[in-house]
Amino acid sequence: MRQVAIYGKGGIGKSTTTQNTVAALAEAGKHIMVVGCDPKADSTRLLLGGLAQKTVLDTLRDEGDDIDLEDILKPGFRGTRCVESGGPEPGVGCAGRGIITSINMLESLGAYTPDLDYVFYDVLGDVVCGGFAMPIREGKAEEIYIVGSGELMALYAANNISKGIQKYAVSGKVRLGGIICNSRKADNEYELVKAFAEELGSQMIHFVPRDNIVQRAEINKKTVIDFDATADQANEYRTLAKAIDGNDMFVIPKPMTQDRLEEVMMKHGFLDAL
Amino acid sequence: MAITEAQLEEILAKYPSKLQKNRKKHIIINNQECGAQTIEANTRTAPGIITNRGCAYAGCKGVVLGPLKDMVHITHGPIGCAYYTWGTRRNKARTEDLAQNFINYAVSTDMQESDIVFGGEKKLAKVIDEVVENFHPKAITVSATCPVGLIGDDINAVAKAAEERHGIPVLAFSCEGYKGVSQSAGHHIANNGLMDKVIGAGTMEKANGKYPINLLGEYNIGGDGWEVERILTDIGYDIVAVMTGDGSYEDLKNAHVSELNLVQCHRSINYIAEMLEVKYGTPWLKVNFIGVQSTIETLRNMAEYFGDPALKARTEEVIAREVARIEPMMEQYKKVCEGKTAFCFVGGSRGHHYQGLFGELGIDTVLAGYEFAHRDDYEGRQVLPDIKTDADSKNIPELHVNQDPNRFKLKLSPEKMAELKDRIPLSYYAGMYVDMKEGTIMVDDLNHYETEEFIKLLKPDIFASGIKDKYVVQKMGIPAKQIHSYDYSGPYAGFNGAVNFARDVSMGFASPTWNFIVPPWKEEPLLTGKVNAEGVA
Repeated sequence: MRQVAIYGKGGIGKSTTTQNTVAALAEAGKHIMVVGCDPKADSTRLLLGGLAQKTVLDTLRDEGDDIDLEDILKPGFRGTRCVESGGPEPGVGCAGRGIITSINMLESLGAYTPDLDYVFYDVLGDVVCGGFAMPIREGKAEEIYIVGSGELMALYAANNISKGIQKYAVSGKVRLGGIICNSRKADNEYELVKAFAEELGSQMIHFVPRDNIVQRAEINKKTVIDFDATADQANEYRTLAKAIDGNDMFVIPKPMTQDRLEEVMMKHGFLDAL
Repeated sequence: MAITEAQLEEILAKYPSKLQKNRKKHIIINNQECGAQTIEANTRTAPGIITNRGCAYAGCKGVVLGPLKDMVHITHGPIGCAYYTWGTRRNKARTEDLAQNFINYAVSTDMQESDIVFGGEKKLAKVIDEVVENFHPKAITVSATCPVGLIGDDINAVAKAAEERHGIPVLAFSCEGYKGVSQSAGHHIANNGLMDKVIGAGTMEKANGKYPINLLGEYNIGGDGWEVERILTDIGYDIVAVMTGDGSYEDLKNAHVSELNLVQCHRSINYIAEMLEVKYGTPWLKVNFIGVQSTIETLRNMAEYFGDPALKARTEEVIAREVARIEPMMEQYKKVCEGKTAFCFVGGSRGHHYQGLFGELGIDTVLAGYEFAHRDDYEGRQVLPDIKTDADSKNIPELHVNQDPNRFKLKLSPEKMAELKDRIPLSYYAGMYVDMKEGTIMVDDLNHYETEEFIKLLKPDIFASGIKDKYVVQKMGIPAKQIHSYDYSGPYAGFNGAVNFARDVSMGFASPTWNFIVPPWKEEPLLTGKVNAEGVA
């Protein structure tokens, strides 16, 4: 079983990319569990066809400790198993603790069955506290992909996340598998993100071009593969899925200083574009 | 008996060098010939040290708020904090209306994992509603524990909404355990809250009795406050409010009508005494009801303050009567105690107060110190302007009060005040240092290691401290007396208290404990074997 965590700047398209990639893997016959680690609980919507998913924490609050796996694990597209950790309303409580609680709950309920090929964790925004690093602690995800784009803030966040990965990598087995570029059509984006990934000691595992079919599929509560299996974009996600499935480059990232990050940005982004 | 600097160096030599330097500033060998000595206090305990100190929550809810009997005190947090502050302080209370005495209850929101994740505000609001419904208290306090601060529950907003819902005061205290370096921070947070929200909330403009006073910093441990009250009412004082032993919200809100504030525990309350002076013009007098002589002196100082010949006469009458009554009892205990030595490490004022009582019994205090006191409690209030504030002390919000335009009343003319200050400790506390003998040791935030080392070196006959070090010391074969909670005894204050204390201490010295213990080798053979069939080898 490969456990994969997807991180990246808020709004970069982590959930969309994760679900589309998972759909491609599922199409290829893989058994996958997707664990949404975001209080907004919107990490499995496209796989479930918009079904309102009762989160682990909501269930825990309503039912007490007497929970069955079926209460929180819903089958989605092509048999993918979907879980939403959930969490508090913005501004109250402790969402980080919530993620720790729900992952522990999944373990004790036996959600990690041996027939699973993949577990994907879709984690909220930047690493903000210990709770959000839960999926990459010892014994959980050992592979991380960061979703980024050619925008400075996205790369800045990716660099920051790499610092978190580096911390856990030294003491455990977690490694960076690559940067997924979710194109925003920034200047010279392909080269920039590739250079950035290489500077980290990693790779740009795939460049996902921007295509509005993704939005159309989303409105229909579907992944692209589900919505239009013949679309070009569906093939992009299949390529990404294949790249992840065949990936053998797992590194301890070498995060950059802020100055170096800006240098890379200038050199490959703006200057090349001129 | 005294130890030398070299011996002290030897004890500290076990520490890493940085810690050596740190601890050296907290330990003083009394040498008054060379003038004032400076001690470091109220700073962080070095990590890894086994300290006796408590946390801000313990100081706020456990010490200051807990004794207020007609309020229900809610601990917002997981159950442990409430449980371990339940009844352990032995602060007693009684009320005429039995239904308005909540001293024996411990109320907690019992936060569970889902309350941490989703926030505990709703649960807190519900607990307040339940408390109102079940107990109908005059007022409620809410004390925050560590996780509440971490997850950011807005207890002030919850309290405010509950006040509007129920029409009774609900006071919230952000006394998360991690605030400050010791429980002293919690005392500040609690007292500031009471000063801000309770004192002066009453409608009384004039006290009912003659010589109205407040007793500040007396927590009625083992009934101390009741013994003090017995003496003071016998003389003719009108005790308006006590902060906070056997105290009540009802009385405290009218504390502004008093003519004098007595300060027993300087550490936990001196700043409130100062605020009361600024706001209402009420002077404060440092008192000490621990020990016969200290009690007598305190009573005389009080009579001096009011300056009424009849009061002075009545004071002397009571003193004479009490002394005559207890003297024979004290005498018999003195025979047991004479010539012994003591360590006295406790609190923020008791480490000083009990030295006098020990002295009356013929016991020399060879080492003393406080857990959570500040420099002024050791060296006297004259050092207050020199005390540097640090990041930890700035962490505690300061309260500034102004003169109350309607209720401020100068109780004494400035001339009279100045004249009295020469004779009695009005607005003044000289600290522990000046009362300690040459060569004795003063230690701030004494720790487990130093306790053992000093005991080995000085071999005291009795160790006066608290529950945390009591058993370690007893296992070293030295009687230990808890001066926080008085074990299961008390009161120790006033005249009767002195006798109780003398009795308990004598009991420690004369205890035949070891005679009652049969060691295992007296009952079980050390070697076992079997006799063979023939009875021969």
